[in-house]
Amino acid sequence: MSKVSSIDFGVLSPQMIKKMATVKIDKAELYDPDGYPINGGLCDLRLGVVDPGLRCRVCGATAGNCLGHFGYLELTKPVIHPIFGKHIYHLLKITCRKCGRLLATDEEIKGMKNPWKEIYKNPRKKCPHCDAEQKRITFQKPTTYREDKQELTAEEVRERLERISNEDLKLLGINGGRPEWLVLTLLPIPPVTVRPSITLETGERSEDDLTHKLVDIIRINERLKKNIELGAPDFIIKDIWELLQYHVSTLMNNEISTIPPARHRSGRSLKTLAQRLTKKEGRFRGNLSGKRVNFSARTVISPDPCISIDEVGVPLVIAKNLTVPVRVNKNNIKELRQYILNGSDIYPGANYIIRPDGVKKKITEENKQQITEEIDIGYIVERHLKDGDIVIFNRQPSLHRMSMMAHRVRVMNYKTFRLNLCSTIPYNADFDGDEMNLHVPQTEEAQIEARMLMAVQDHIRSPRYGLPIISCKHDHITGCYLLTKKGTKVPKKKAARLLMRIDMEDKATKDYDGKELFSLLIPKGLNIEFRAASCVGCKKCLKENCPYDAYVVIKKGILKSGVIDENALGEKKGKLLNRIERQFGPEVAKEFLNKVSVVALEFITHHGFTVSVTDSKLDPKTEKKIEKLLEETNKEVEELVRDYKRGKLKELPGMGKEETLETLIQKKAGDVTDKIGKIVKDSLGETNAVIMAKTGARGSFVNLTQTCASVGQEFVGGKRISRGFTGRTLSHFKREDMGLKSRGFVFHGYKRGLDPFEFFFDAMNSRENLMDKSLQTRHSGYMERRLVNALQDLIVEEDLTVRDSYGTIIQFVAGEDGIDPAKSDGGKVNFDLLEK
Amino acid sequence: MTTIKIPKKIEDDFNKFCEEHKIKGSEKKKLHEKLKEIVKKSLFEPGEAIGVITAQSISEPATQMTMRSYTMASQAGRLAKVTFGLPRMVEIFDARKTFERAMKIYLKEEYNNKKDAKRIAEKIKERFVRDVVEKSSIDLLNMQLEFELSADADRDTIKSAIEKYAKSCNVSFRANKLYIKPEKAEIKDLRSLKNKILETHLSGIRNILKVAVVKDGEDWVIQTSGSNLRKILELPEIDIKRTYTNDMYEVEAVLGIEAARNLILNEASSTLGEQGLDVDIRHIMLISDLMTKDGKIRSVGRYGISGKKTSILAKANFEETLKHLTSASFKGLRDELRGAVENVMIGNVAPIGTGRVELIVDPKKLKKISGKKS
Repeated sequence: MSKVSSIDFGVLSPQMIKKMATVKIDKAELYDPDGYPINGGLCDLRLGVVDPGLRCRVCGATAGNCLGHFGYLELTKPVIHPIFGKHIYHLLKITCRKCGRLLATDEEIKGMKNPWKEIYKNPRKKCPHCDAEQKRITFQKPTTYREDKQELTAEEVRERLERISNEDLKLLGINGGRPEWLVLTLLPIPPVTVRPSITLETGERSEDDLTHKLVDIIRINERLKKNIELGAPDFIIKDIWELLQYHVSTLMNNEISTIPPARHRSGRSLKTLAQRLTKKEGRFRGNLSGKRVNFSARTVISPDPCISIDEVGVPLVIAKNLTVPVRVNKNNIKELRQYILNGSDIYPGANYIIRPDGVKKKITEENKQQITEEIDIGYIVERHLKDGDIVIFNRQPSLHRMSMMAHRVRVMNYKTFRLNLCSTIPYNADFDGDEMNLHVPQTEEAQIEARMLMAVQDHIRSPRYGLPIISCKHDHITGCYLLTKKGTKVPKKKAARLLMRIDMEDKATKDYDGKELFSLLIPKGLNIEFRAASCVGCKKCLKENCPYDAYVVIKKGILKSGVIDENALGEKKGKLLNRIERQFGPEVAKEFLNKVSVVALEFITHHGFTVSVTDSKLDPKTEKKIEKLLEETNKEVEELVRDYKRGKLKELPGMGKEETLETLIQKKAGDVTDKIGKIVKDSLGETNAVIMAKTGARGSFVNLTQTCASVGQEFVGGKRISRGFTGRTLSHFKREDMGLKSRGFVFHGYKRGLDPFEFFFDAMNSRENLMDKSLQTRHSGYMERRLVNALQDLIVEEDLTVRDSYGTIIQFVAGEDGIDPAKSDGGKVNFDLLEK
Repeated sequence: MTTIKIPKKIEDDFNKFCEEHKIKGSEKKKLHEKLKEIVKKSLFEPGEAIGVITAQSISEPATQMTMRSYTMASQAGRLAKVTFGLPRMVEIFDARKTFERAMKIYLKEEYNNKKDAKRIAEKIKERFVRDVVEKSSIDLLNMQLEFELSADADRDTIKSAIEKYAKSCNVSFRANKLYIKPEKAEIKDLRSLKNKILETHLSGIRNILKVAVVKDGEDWVIQTSGSNLRKILELPEIDIKRTYTNDMYEVEAVLGIEAARNLILNEASSTLGEQGLDVDIRHIMLISDLMTKDGKIRSVGRYGISGKKTSILAKANFEETLKHLTSASFKGLRDELRGAVENVMIGNVAPIGTGRVELIVDPKKLKKISGKKS
């Protein structure tokens, strides 16, 4: 197949228009009373075929194969091409009205970098070539030109443009064609394939917008012709001419700002040529750079911890509809024959075959016997999707490359796509009704590329920061923590049950310690030390002897001390996961993730794990302490307000009085929340909610504080809540009350319940956050579009330079050191890997 | 690639690492070989679509950024009104010329104390006539302007400042009042004259609107809103090396394009960092390099990098489709289809990544091999 190597842009000449046309169009009617297309009308059969079954009169091809043929319309009087209005204006201005030469001497032009711009900026009053006096030309968008208030007709414009010499055009950098072609004398009529008419159920024909517009043009054109023939007065002819100009203008672009858009009878404005190209749904963005595809599926997703992270569960119904083309060879012919015999209903079957001559045949109940006999080496069979096929899985918004990854198929019952929980992070998916898309690569090349480059395990490390993004979360982490924390014993029976899930039941030979059991999952030969997420940050770290068991030591793949939590396995923070991927490669990391998640989930299932209100129960003593603290703060703030009202408050640098007060109060409110947080953290025992917070599985201590002690200050617009009534937030407060309570400080915690004011302020805050989130998506979306557009052509060359598609060097060494963040260790090279 | 050059920073780190662990001699050599291996494995692969990865790495976290654009004064050591979050990010990539400017002025060692810092801050703060005028009015009876001056106003500086207007006016001081009487004027002129005089620059450095002295670790730092790098750098008390502005155009004009590139890098990464979002510095580096590659600051968008592209189809695909198509056809341009989108649009394989590789077969050698086999 030949390849398009370049595209030239240019302007159509009248000769060209005539040459490429097959019909001269001159009748405004579309069909005769019998409903048969009129010769010379806009639906002339020589313009191409749209109705199935008919053959084109010109090329003989059937509908769908015939691309259509142009016609042309002879305009009675020329009109200006509206899209080029400005270009014509410039040309009129920089050329002599008499001789058509550029308004500058040859020497001057030689010295100019951009003659067009420079002559346009300093217009001459006199032509240096023929000494003709130049008049002032003005331009009224889109198609009106005036010379000293005298309007120029399109004919006059055309005459002038004709006078411009080819040499001058070259100097101006105009190579698209003669400028007089911008004044239309012939109008190309697009083929009917471009503007197909739709037959409604009632049998009525509904024409395309373009056809409507063209009908208008032809009608006016005829009227103009008739009036000229009749010798109508000039002003009438001028009026009709203008109307013709309007119709041609709106045919090209119906969104010209200075003229009213042409409308449909219903009032909807017509979608003409320009509208077909521009905007998001236009030809360029909607059809050319984004295309519709076949061999794709979409359905709801649901979790399945039992499949590998690089697998996807595909419903049987979908597997029967999506196909993979397989070329028949002597090794697979038997298998493929069986598929064909199964047909399209029995899984695993096949839906189509393609003969070596390219003819596609559907496999049906009737012909499957015959096809089974027919197929031979060289045929292609489109067989059902089966286990192990590679597919591309995607969830919108596709914000980064991990939003599209290649999974291996697992055909399953029921009707949802099944997804491993670790793989939800890069997709940002959850199971509250999310849907995802699936694509089946159809060529061997595509399949191999997907396998090699897009596989899930190859994307464990994010190119954004060089750390694992496909990782454990929620229950995985809690489970691992519970398993590895001090004192967890796993009796032989239980160990067998856990290990069975990962096909390691042969290891269940004795009673295990939790850490011992976890060590079975770690690859041999791994040495690492790091702090767990539950590290409290003692002044002097005791390392292995940490009283909280928060210092993880792994020697030769054995977990010696420490608990496994977010800092070992979590997104971006998972040091253990990171090291395994670095040292042993993606395959091992994948297996590790699979095993860890299964074991952790199995363990937590048997262990039992519930969050309840009692998890955030404080003892009365602590509650009193907190209450006192809040009371004190309230008093302190009242003090501050009093000082302010007396004018005693000392201003902070760079701030006014009010600002100072606000700053101080906000600081007080923040401080007290911090203090309460600390108290809560110290006084809550190891309840389940606390376990989740400290291991980083879910939730934080802030959440806990807000539940059991005090929610703290609510903000709207980055300030304490101050809107509402004049001088106060709600009518229940006094005016100019700047205290905590009236400005949105919530003293209570969620557990005890908020009072009505507090509830209202909390709702205000929540609403603002909600609005913010939904309003900002388009901003960040647009930023992404712009960034991608600016950067999309940059690639790393063999010599590690970054260049754009025209070879301009952007960076001499990519990233200044040539290291790919996606292959780095948090952007760096880790020397710990050197010793082993 | 036959030879791998280990980047200097990694080499230095390696030496430091060896010293710490007391690795010397042949062992070090062995480890160095190993390091080479690791670095080799970590290098970019030829054809990698680094641009798209960069764009995604920056805009993916941008979806998590806050919309609220202003920090309040409450946040430690900051003046009010500094744009941050997503709006700041957009500002940087737009290379906007109007935004909330701010400077951080560091002082030389001998001036690095509270007293001097305050003095200098006062000195550089821009003052207008309106700052020393308590009340201003128009005396219709005498057709003159009347300004009531505050106590600390220096009459001479005021007089010299308004000299521009004084030519055709009668300027006189009486008590704490300043009278300006134009020789001939109408009420309208008086009013505009009044406003002009009030807005006249008196002292300090232009555009330094607000100042605050803040202690930043060991240093006394003057934070300003508004920026004037050139004039500030001329002051003798300033530590030129550390003084900072967030205006990339000013930095470009004063310190050159490389400095501007570093500023974009700093601003972008600190904006992301403030939000607790991790983005590898190499990504931001690429964007700042691209924005400054031809010696001028180019914005990311239709008037900057994207508008400067050679490919017509790529431009038409982005924004202003009609404009690009018409001017291309008028000029008779050619699209060589070398970029990514152009090829996607045509239906070719885009020359990126594996699509860039071409297979060339040497028929002679092929014959040799196939000959051997048979």
